[in-house]
Amino acid sequence: MNIGSGSVLSSTGSWKSGDVVPDQFPVGLRVLVVDDDPTCLKILEKMLKNCHYEVTKCNRAEVALSHLRENKNGFDIVISDVHMPDMDGFKLLEHIGLEMDLPVIMMSADDSKDVVMKGVTHGAYDYLIKPVRIEALKNIWQHVVRKKKHEWRDNNFDQSGSVEEGDRQQKQSEDVDYSSSANEGNWKNSKKRKEEDDEGEERDDTSSLKKPRVVWSVELHQQFVQAVHQLGIDKAVPKKILELMNVPGLTRENVASHLQKYRLYLRRLSGVSQHQNGLNNSFMGRPDATFGTISSLNGLDLQAIAAAGQIPAQSLATLQAAALGRSASKSAISMPLVDQRNLFSFENSQVRFPEGQQQLNNSNKQIDLLHGIPTTMEPKQLANLHHPSQSFMGMNMQVNNSMAQHNNSVIMRMSQSQPRAQMLSGANNGSQISRLPFSRQQSLSSEGIPGVVLAQSRTVDNARASVYNPVSQASSMVDFSVNQSKDLQNYNFSLGSNSAGMSTLTNRGMLQEEVNSDIKGSRGFPSNYDIFNDLHQQPKPQNWGLQNVGSSFDSSHHPSIQGSQGVPSQLLMQQGISSTHNNGQNRNGPIGKPMYTNGEESGHTNLMGGPQLNSVSRNTLAVKAERFLDADYQSTNFPEQFGQDDLMSAFLKQQGSVGPVETEFGFDGYTLDNLPV
Amino acid sequence: MEVGQLQRSFVEYMASLFREGFLDGQFSQLQQLQDDSNPEFVVEVVSLFFEDSERLLNDLTMALDQPNVDFKQVDAHVHQLKGSSSSVGAQRVKNCCVLFRNCCEEQNTEACLRCLQQIKQEYLLVKNKLQTLFELEQQIVAAGGAIPMVQ
Repeated sequence: MNIGSGSVLSSTGSWKSGDVVPDQFPVGLRVLVVDDDPTCLKILEKMLKNCHYEVTKCNRAEVALSHLRENKNGFDIVISDVHMPDMDGFKLLEHIGLEMDLPVIMMSADDSKDVVMKGVTHGAYDYLIKPVRIEALKNIWQHVVRKKKHEWRDNNFDQSGSVEEGDRQQKQSEDVDYSSSANEGNWKNSKKRKEEDDEGEERDDTSSLKKPRVVWSVELHQQFVQAVHQLGIDKAVPKKILELMNVPGLTRENVASHLQKYRLYLRRLSGVSQHQNGLNNSFMGRPDATFGTISSLNGLDLQAIAAAGQIPAQSLATLQAAALGRSASKSAISMPLVDQRNLFSFENSQVRFPEGQQQLNNSNKQIDLLHGIPTTMEPKQLANLHHPSQSFMGMNMQVNNSMAQHNNSVIMRMSQSQPRAQMLSGANNGSQISRLPFSRQQSLSSEGIPGVVLAQSRTVDNARASVYNPVSQASSMVDFSVNQSKDLQNYNFSLGSNSAGMSTLTNRGMLQEEVNSDIKGSRGFPSNYDIFNDLHQQPKPQNWGLQNVGSSFDSSHHPSIQGSQGVPSQLLMQQGISSTHNNGQNRNGPIGKPMYTNGEESGHTNLMGGPQLNSVSRNTLAVKAERFLDADYQSTNFPEQFGQDDLMSAFLKQQGSVGPVETEFGFDGYTLDNLPV
Repeated sequence: MEVGQLQRSFVEYMASLFREGFLDGQFSQLQQLQDDSNPEFVVEVVSLFFEDSERLLNDLTMALDQPNVDFKQVDAHVHQLKGSSSSVGAQRVKNCCVLFRNCCEEQNTEACLRCLQQIKQEYLLVKNKLQTLFELEQQIVAAGGAIPMVQ
């Protein structure tokens, strides 16, 4: 039949997939249905087909995700069941939101309020109660239109916060808010407008508009995190990040929304510490303080420092230096770990701890200093710490923000040889960690970590992913130190700060490694790890505290970690990653357990000698645990292989073996309690 | 039997199923979904339902047979059964699932076992009824008639 409008013919005829004829909208809407119940799935498929939608059905969430990933723009909307055996529907929802930015409708036979509320909070566009009627499905297209409209509007206006369209939009708006300070205020407008203008008309018609969706692959995410660290969380604006990343095809908008999520993630990780430090969105800020990198020396101190957070870098540096001096040996480790985190995150390298001062670890005094902080650490000193010898390489020891950062950096420096891990644990809260990885990566061969890092970024559940990266990085660093879980201990202290939940992880890992082994280079880590070695020698409890935290992470990553150490770190990492996994590890106390177990063992060269670690680790572990919990990281990507249970058991085992934290490192078993969380 | 008679039997049978609560409006939805492009839709869906339910009932039996009953698991199974039974319109089965879930919440093994028994019974009943219905349909079609739409 001859119809005036060709489009009618084509649409009614055979519309191909992906071909939504604008004026026939919503005909051809591409729907992906996910439900493990074959009966429901079949019924839904038929209903959707009757609505003239294009249906793809999946009975497994993983399969659905890979469908979506392979076919970035292949779908317009996703309908998913809540209760599925292989993956929770809300988790899938998060993934989709983060990676593909598609509207998702949840479905369930469960109509209880809290489940429906969960759907709302996770950003579901709608919630259908089974049995689903065809009438309900007929109108799902409205969600697609609405979303597009909001996005478009947001892009073109000043973040007029289209709040309704789920988190993404909000995030974008938020992102804008944050970035505005960084003069990215109108990035959306500028960038989007260009893109949107072309599509504007389409939008008006049908919302068949499809924005190319960026897949934040692990590599991409790593690049992102690296860029962010380089810039400093405070200064990380989408525009600059984009420039640093230098990825063709990536828009500022993509970066901005990803940044938004990342920040949220970090915030989540840092949890309390964030509040304490008043960090808002900056990864670094918080953790640093909390981590009290320097306090890693005492573990306890870290907390204090963290609390102080604001210890001037200098003070930290001096403290660290002092601490380092004391420890003479690997004490530095603690610092490094902490610092690492901070260092990375902070751009200011104030915290350059005088290198080698391994003293970080050793003396309690130092720790005290940390508490009090403001010792006279001078950036220079810190710088010293950094010392090239330290392979922190990228660790910019610069502690930008709070002392914690400084501490970290100082620690880093101090430890030069010490495990950078410390740095990680300390200061940075998540942000640092992220930084570390990058910097570390450069220096580190990222042995073993890359995987971790990648994994982390992958998960990107929210910024978490980025956090992970650092961890992995840290681990790599730690690996250098190779030895042994001591590193973990180092990291622990970083944990103290809560904030860096993740970061601590990394730090720990790193630290431990570093600590344990002679860090130097076992993996290639720069001499920084020497500090750790030193630490080992000297009983510096303090550093370890934090370090443990950090190291724990590393341990896991670094196989080098001997025995238990290795495990813990992994566990830690896991924990970090899974954030929620830590059960029972409260920051202040018990954390040490998991983490340290690595360290304790034996093999570790001075660093966190097992026992010392214990106390320290305990704290750190606790911290870590908390962190993880805070982070609530669901990142699945992260090697959840370890599984919480594994981690826990690993830790516990180690814990046992570790025994009282000796003070070889001078760990007094400080508890993270001190850390101002 | 002649077509007309078969068709009348069919209609009556269907009505009784609704009246007795074996089936509800959702089943009608399924019937409405059936069209020329998918003439066996209802039968296919119901067959899937049978398979799935039997598997779930087995799982439930095993789960409740454990010395330490994992009620979360049991609840998950029941939830699933509730979802699929409600989707096909097997009303009585679905209602049993609701009761079953309450027992799970109370972690009452005895009560759960009773619920399981009841669900099994209801399931077998509705299965039987539906199979009878489908046979009637086949007979009508074999006799050259059209299956009447029961509203």
